Amino acid sequence: MNRADLLACLECDLLQADIAYPRPRKALCARCGAVLYQRHAEGLSRTSALTLAALVLLAIANSFPILSLELQGERTAATLAGAVSALWSQNLPAVAALVLFAAIVMPLAELAALAWLVLPAQLGRRAPLFGPVFRLLEFASRWSMIEVLVLGVLVSYVKLEHIANVETGIALWAFVALMIAMAAIEANFDPRDLWEQATAGRGWRRA
Amino acid sequence: MSASAARLGLVGCPTCRLVSRVPPAEAMVCARCLAPLHLRKPGSIRRCWALLLAAVALYVPANTLPIMYTSSLFGSQDDTIMSGVLFLWGSGSWYLALVVFFASILVPLAKILGLALLLVSVQLRSSWRPAERARLYRLVESIGRWSMLDIFVVALLVTVVQLTALAAVRAGPAALAFGAVVVLTMAAAQSFDPRLIWDPLEEAHA
Repeated sequence: MNRADLLACLECDLLQADIAYPRPRKALCARCGAVLYQRHAEGLSRTSALTLAALVLLAIANSFPILSLELQGERTAATLAGAVSALWSQNLPAVAALVLFAAIVMPLAELAALAWLVLPAQLGRRAPLFGPVFRLLEFASRWSMIEVLVLGVLVSYVKLEHIANVETGIALWAFVALMIAMAAIEANFDPRDLWEQATAGRGWRRA
Repeated sequence: MSASAARLGLVGCPTCRLVSRVPPAEAMVCARCLAPLHLRKPGSIRRCWALLLAAVALYVPANTLPIMYTSSLFGSQDDTIMSGVLFLWGSGSWYLALVVFFASILVPLAKILGLALLLVSVQLRSSWRPAERARLYRLVESIGRWSMLDIFVVALLVTVVQLTALAAVRAGPAALAFGAVVVLTMAAAQSFDPRLIWDPLEEAHA
């Protein structure tokens, strides 16, 4: 017995029946208040558009300097990859790895997994390795910390202002735009929708 | 009377959300997406305690050792997390000082205390204010990532300043300890199973 209208809250396990009509946009658990789902009619197409935009922004953000500093005619610039290698060369490989992981690898994994899953779903197809890639997406979205990085840049800027002439780079604005794009994805993407789209087609083992 | 899926012999897939009858123990995978199924996260309480205690142990060096060494023509300076906050406060950026104080000092502390409270209450099979405890869990889970703030700040400062001849910034050992606290508390929050908060209530009603 697998009934599509049954919902088990992920946070308190309360079993609930979905309202079939009119379908609510957002449903909260009746007992603990956790979000059961949030649906938008255009959710998946918005998610795919935002994901493509975010991938472009991520490429820009990682190719240009975030901040640059001018001190006695000397100019130095920090890219994100430069920050990782600076920490590495200071004998803090674990901290370097953490920055690499939370600010570069996980955001890339999150967006790549989203694109992998959502774009074929838009064309009515199911991406290969759907389940494993979906689990990668859930893991990556917990550990990707673009918004924290943006705040970190702001704090660094204020601290550096007292030492020298500091300027913001293109990558900072790309990161700000990326942060907004990722927040918009979070507001529009509903995993249940994706699973329903993906399993509507043929080729799924129906229990 | 409302009941949990587990009580009714059902299990929700954490990956694709499909609700199905609990399969036999040797085949605990979701019929739709083949993800592993668990009625409750295995070893949740033990794993959460282990990660939390490790985080508590590292919280001390993270806050007492220097996170950054700065040297310039005007002398050198060791900064701990707290002295970094005080520097921001003293230089007139009190709003950023508050943000860093919140992210680097209050958030890890709140996470550690919050998770300890949740763990103890679950182990006592308490039925005290479950909705508030569920909200506390969501709070602990959502604020955790903001502690990474100081790690990013150190990374950026080290990089921008290291190449100039006049000043140098080096990361200190607290950066390692603090990074570990962030990762351990986030992992602890993820290993906690909030459904355990609600289980004792159903038994009391049954």
